[in-house]
Amino acid sequence: MLSRTGSSLYWLGRYIERADFFARLIEATVRLDVMSSRPAGEVAWSSALAVTDTEADYVAHGGALTQSEVVHFLTLDTGHPGSVIRCLDRARNNAKAVRTALSREAWTAINRAWLVFERRNQVGDTTQTLNLVEAVKNETRGFEGAVHQMLRNQSHWFIRLGQAVERADNTARLLDVKYHILLPAGETVGGIVDRDQWTTILQTVSAVTAYRWLYSDGLTPANVIDLLIASRELPRSLVASAEITVDILGLLAERTGSHGEADRMARMRAARLGKTRSGEVIASGLHQYLQAFIRENGQLHEAIGRQFRFGV
Amino acid sequence: MGKRPAFDEIMGMTGDVPPRPALAALGKWLEDTPDDELRRRQEAAENTFRQLGITFAVYGDADTRERIIPFDIVPRVFLADEWARLSEGLVQRVEAINAFLDDIYGERRILTEGVLPADLILGNPQFRPEIAGMRPPHGIWAHICGIDLVRTGPDEFFVLEDNARTPSGVSYMLENREAMVRLCPELFREYRVEPVDSYPDRLLETMKSVAPRGRGGQPVCVVLTPGHFNSAYYEHSFLADSMGIELVEAADLVVDDDKVWMRTIAGRVQVDVIYRRVDDDYLDPLVFRPDSMLGVPGLIAAYAAGNVAIINAPGNGIADDKAIYSYMPEIVRFYSGGEAKLPNVETWRCREPQALQYVLDNLDQVVVKLVDGSGGYGMLVGPTASRQEIEDFRRALIAEPHRYIAQPTLALSTVPTLADTGLSPRHVDFRPFVLTGSKGVQVVPGGLTRVALKEGSLVVNSSQGGGTKDSFVLMADGQRQTQTQSIGGMTQSQGFGV
Repeated sequence: MLSRTGSSLYWLGRYIERADFFARLIEATVRLDVMSSRPAGEVAWSSALAVTDTEADYVAHGGALTQSEVVHFLTLDTGHPGSVIRCLDRARNNAKAVRTALSREAWTAINRAWLVFERRNQVGDTTQTLNLVEAVKNETRGFEGAVHQMLRNQSHWFIRLGQAVERADNTARLLDVKYHILLPAGETVGGIVDRDQWTTILQTVSAVTAYRWLYSDGLTPANVIDLLIASRELPRSLVASAEITVDILGLLAERTGSHGEADRMARMRAARLGKTRSGEVIASGLHQYLQAFIRENGQLHEAIGRQFRFGV
Repeated sequence: MGKRPAFDEIMGMTGDVPPRPALAALGKWLEDTPDDELRRRQEAAENTFRQLGITFAVYGDADTRERIIPFDIVPRVFLADEWARLSEGLVQRVEAINAFLDDIYGERRILTEGVLPADLILGNPQFRPEIAGMRPPHGIWAHICGIDLVRTGPDEFFVLEDNARTPSGVSYMLENREAMVRLCPELFREYRVEPVDSYPDRLLETMKSVAPRGRGGQPVCVVLTPGHFNSAYYEHSFLADSMGIELVEAADLVVDDDKVWMRTIAGRVQVDVIYRRVDDDYLDPLVFRPDSMLGVPGLIAAYAAGNVAIINAPGNGIADDKAIYSYMPEIVRFYSGGEAKLPNVETWRCREPQALQYVLDNLDQVVVKLVDGSGGYGMLVGPTASRQEIEDFRRALIAEPHRYIAQPTLALSTVPTLADTGLSPRHVDFRPFVLTGSKGVQVVPGGLTRVALKEGSLVVNSSQGGGTKDSFVLMADGQRQTQTQSIGGMTQSQGFGV
């Protein structure tokens, strides 16, 4: 496989995953803002910006912290590189550049996700916003299904690798930001929680029902943190993402006949996460832990690029 | 319709009854299927094309949105015996083109024997002196030719131009067929149509057959594209995909030790055969345009060393040149020893004073073309041009007569086409694809039919708003005899384009 193809497929996986994450985050935030007993308003939308790491961009862009403005910024704003439409645009450009590596269904799913936004220039009211993110989610889910149907070859694994790296990053950010909003300095985990906020987190990782299955003692912050960091059952947890990354790198190594620095880093990380107890993490500082994880994930991303010669 | 009566390929000259009993069933199908139903199927096909991204970008178009080429649901049909005659003419012409290229970049017998004026070749911007003396592997230059034909009557076909550089359109031939099989299965139950889907296999066979000798094993073949912003990118990816070979860009290739390598995730791999969809000008900045970002430095040196086959060979542009075109009857005679089975359209070379005078006197009657033009750009269609356009061309012709040729305005054949007002005749041309490998020449039984969608228009180019149709080539026993039901009914086509 061409190095350029590997790189494009990997980025394609990252961008589709990111678009999907944004869509789910917006959906959960709308719910938090509108459907909870006490509208969360500005706090909800500023936290959505914080999770997507776009606060500074938004300030520069000069919008108010209202649903319609933030949603527009995060979805339809072509001037903002982090918007869903720009993610899909990049995903589609990468897909176009490597069309031969994709199945017809996979390409069509990406193209359809992109067509959702054609001729959309406003988000409209709450219902229309929800319809928009629902449409994005449908197409990204269609893409994931199409990827699942693909031949289990290098193309498939590179897309999945990008997806896994992006997923780990997104979950860590979500948890980090929400945790700080929810627990102002001096509060301890397990105190009075805002149920709606914690539900928002679960919704964003599509785990509301999963939580009920796994934890029988109601909604507690410690359990939510445990689920998102250390639960192997939840595909979007840090440990699950770390383990799938190891597996995919192993499958790629089988094909290319060489292991490298990325394999070693990924294996060390997964082994460490496998032993992690969320209680200890909370006691020793969740924020520091998550920041370190995000940094390490970034280093792994760079190691992958070196190992497969993406940069040449 | 235009002023001249045209031959309609289904309805005949008169428009009353199909002239060819073989197409009666198709005529009946057109009559029996409501326009709304045809339109619904056509829209389903176009939706699918849009979803698949079978699009092209028009250069210099302010609206940069990707466009699909309009598709017309009514097929164009060739009978088996018509096709057999056409194929013979195509094979003869392509063999002559290959012999001509091999000659002018080699011994130049055609010049020393005075068949062509030397300055026409040696002074032609399409002639590549850098290539002279190089011989491609197996001596084949034009592996893939698209020969554009027009028709004026039941058995009157003319070659309009030769495309021996990087002819495009084959992906439409294949996708249009795919759409027709799904949307109008009843037509395939009625008629036995030669399949076209073996084209990618035949192309790959052709590529492998011209790989440089002595590399052993399976030759590594690739498609080289300028990149995904190119207007024909879909076709490049489609072909690479259907052949199961890598689609590479210039940056993926590197020349080292006069060999071509591609950069892969596991290191370098040597490449034997490159089907390039990049023009000569941009192919190698060390030999051709130094500012090219689309080329591979050193590629021509590797080619000259015999370490890689380039399809089509560099230097072929001379065979596409319209000034050379006007000599094709002599060229075919010179290399094949017989008369050309497919005639040229009568052509006035404006470089010759007498011809120029005739053209200037008849500008409102003729079609004027740039000798190196393509895609329908820089053309004057006299009978439909405004006074202003005619006067502009008059000035251009007087200033640079050698840049132009002119041809009579032919009464191009028509095929019924689904227009806004219902079925109505529209002018068509045809581009069949001819493959030449070390094992011989073959014509794929089908091709690309382009249709001018504007009433009376003779310009079929997609860049000028033309559309495409499927092109059926019927088998010798083209019509099935065991019909128990009419095909004009409302066959439901399921699951397509929804």
